[in-house]
Amino acid sequence: MATKVKKMLFILSKATIDNVYAAFIMANGARMEGIDAEIFFTFFGLEAIQKKKLDHLHVATVGNPAMHMPTLLGSLPGMEAVATKMMKKEMEKLDMPPIGEFLEILSDSGVSLWACKLAVEMFHLEEKDLIDDLDGILTIGDFYNRANEDGTQMLFI
Amino acid sequence: MDNIKRNEQGYLEDFSQWTKEVGTEIAKEKEIEMTEEHWKVISYLQEKHENEESLSIRGIKKSGVVNIKEFYNLFPGGPLKISTMIAGIPKPKSCI
Repeated sequence: MATKVKKMLFILSKATIDNVYAAFIMANGARMEGIDAEIFFTFFGLEAIQKKKLDHLHVATVGNPAMHMPTLLGSLPGMEAVATKMMKKEMEKLDMPPIGEFLEILSDSGVSLWACKLAVEMFHLEEKDLIDDLDGILTIGDFYNRANEDGTQMLFI
Repeated sequence: MDNIKRNEQGYLEDFSQWTKEVGTEIAKEKEIEMTEEHWKVISYLQEKHENEESLSIRGIKKSGVVNIKEFYNLFPGGPLKISTMIAGIPKPKSCI
């Protein structure tokens, strides 16, 4: 079946596991359907492409109504780690790759991975802090230019 | 090909009807010229299907048969859904 969506551009601005996986699964799913995909990592989303941080992302237990626990309880030390461990276990059961491996899969599948220039400067990051598979550091204007064709959709996560 | 039963998306309804010739014909519809490399992937997919193991891009990565870049090059435009069609097995249901 022919699809009118030709290219999906994702802007990932958050570092919680659920948001990162949402972006990754949609980007991979696009490629699997023959649709082009790119991800622009900005603000906290940059944590997902920092070598030292990408394996240590968490689920948010505070301010997340879907956790079904009182805010006070969610804020106890170690609570995020426990919730994260549980979620990772469930993900592994579904054969969902860890963040680092997922990034490799995305890159090999032809998903372009971009870091936001402004956010990179704001967090005082250098290129060596970011994953080797990164395609480059762009301004939002550069990223918009990549959307300049028919059938492109842009999604902010 | 006329007596080969396929669903509306083009997948074979009955794997017992599959032959290499059928696979070659489906590949032609997708503008793919089958090579030894293609057939290696097809055999891998059929083996997985026979063992009732689910197919995913991560599985392809670990397969040792083909890497992801090659997989996309061999079956452009949706590699897993095209390769499974050529292999005569159902389209994978997984989101990854």
